Amino acid sequence: MRRIDAIAIIAEAAEALNALIVCNLGYPSRELFFIRDRPENFYMLGSMGMASSIALGLSLALPERRVIAIDGDGSVLMNLGTLATIASFASSNYLLVILDNRVYGSTGCQPTCTSRCTDLAAVARGAGVRDVRVVSGEEELRRRLSGSGVVVAIVEPGNADVPVIPLTPEKILSRFMERASSRMRRS
Amino acid sequence: MSLKIIQIMSNDLRPSEQVYRGLKRAGIDLVASVPCVNLQELLCLLSSDPDIIHIPVTREEEGIGVCAGAYMGGMSPAIAMQNSGLGNSINALASLDMLYGIPLLMVISHRGTQGERLVGQIPMGRLTEPLLKTMGIPFFRPRPHEAEKAVEGAWSLALNEMRPVAVLLDIKFWGR
Repeated sequence: MRRIDAIAIIAEAAEALNALIVCNLGYPSRELFFIRDRPENFYMLGSMGMASSIALGLSLALPERRVIAIDGDGSVLMNLGTLATIASFASSNYLLVILDNRVYGSTGCQPTCTSRCTDLAAVARGAGVRDVRVVSGEEELRRRLSGSGVVVAIVEPGNADVPVIPLTPEKILSRFMERASSRMRRS
Repeated sequence: MSLKIIQIMSNDLRPSEQVYRGLKRAGIDLVASVPCVNLQELLCLLSSDPDIIHIPVTREEEGIGVCAGAYMGGMSPAIAMQNSGLGNSINALASLDMLYGIPLLMVISHRGTQGERLVGQIPMGRLTEPLLKTMGIPFFRPRPHEAEKAVEGAWSLALNEMRPVAVLLDIKFWGR
């Protein structure tokens, strides 16, 4: 499965579930924007490793909304402690999808530790996450997206040829917040 | 428990209660934290408050992410941490909070100041103010009786300017 195809499946499911998406920086966000831009997508432009944590805070603030974090193996490795925090505090409205292509894709496909011996699903289980699944096929991924916990989706390395997101950070945030919550502070 | 011990405990609690009251007055409803010995009473107060979601995180940078997400979902977030955690958080503060314009209240136990006993705390103690100044993060340094208003004011400033604002609480603040 190519990563952009996995992202397309997640985007489709998120729309059907009225779910909010927090998407990892670099090519994953660009691919998501290219496939299906929605105000309910939060595109990260920096702060590598924070997608899972941002989505956790969001899911705690909005227990009635489904929140899906799209993250990469490199970014999860950068913030491994997040899996312990998710195990302890995430509710059933939270799903972390780790797109594991075994490389740092956005920087030229340098191998990550998952290309050698690290098993992120085992790490998540060891951190205490009860619902952890590994999927490698499109149908399998599709079926799993209405659940909670952690999904490790095995995808091929490589980035799609997609342009840079033309939105300003302020625009990404303001339109996301307008859709995310009725408990808004800013107009 | 003897009266003397109870008295010492309540004296100990006073600066923490001031900070806690400030957080309540500010309407803070989610706090991410990494502990410091000086924050222990405050963290107990937060954990026992049913109106505050308290998330002890594994690293301060993670807490910056949790707080940003909570704000995006309509909450009023704060992070409580030691100043060593400021060092762990700089990229997230810059390329998440400051990039998008996300407010955050940072309650920071400032170690490595006058009275510090641990040599390992000294370098970050000295770097804390310069780092905040370099990043353009406003900070307050209240005495205990000023803390309630300072904490509330720091959150107002964070909301007005859509950025992180810090409250530094040094060793003297806690009366230790």
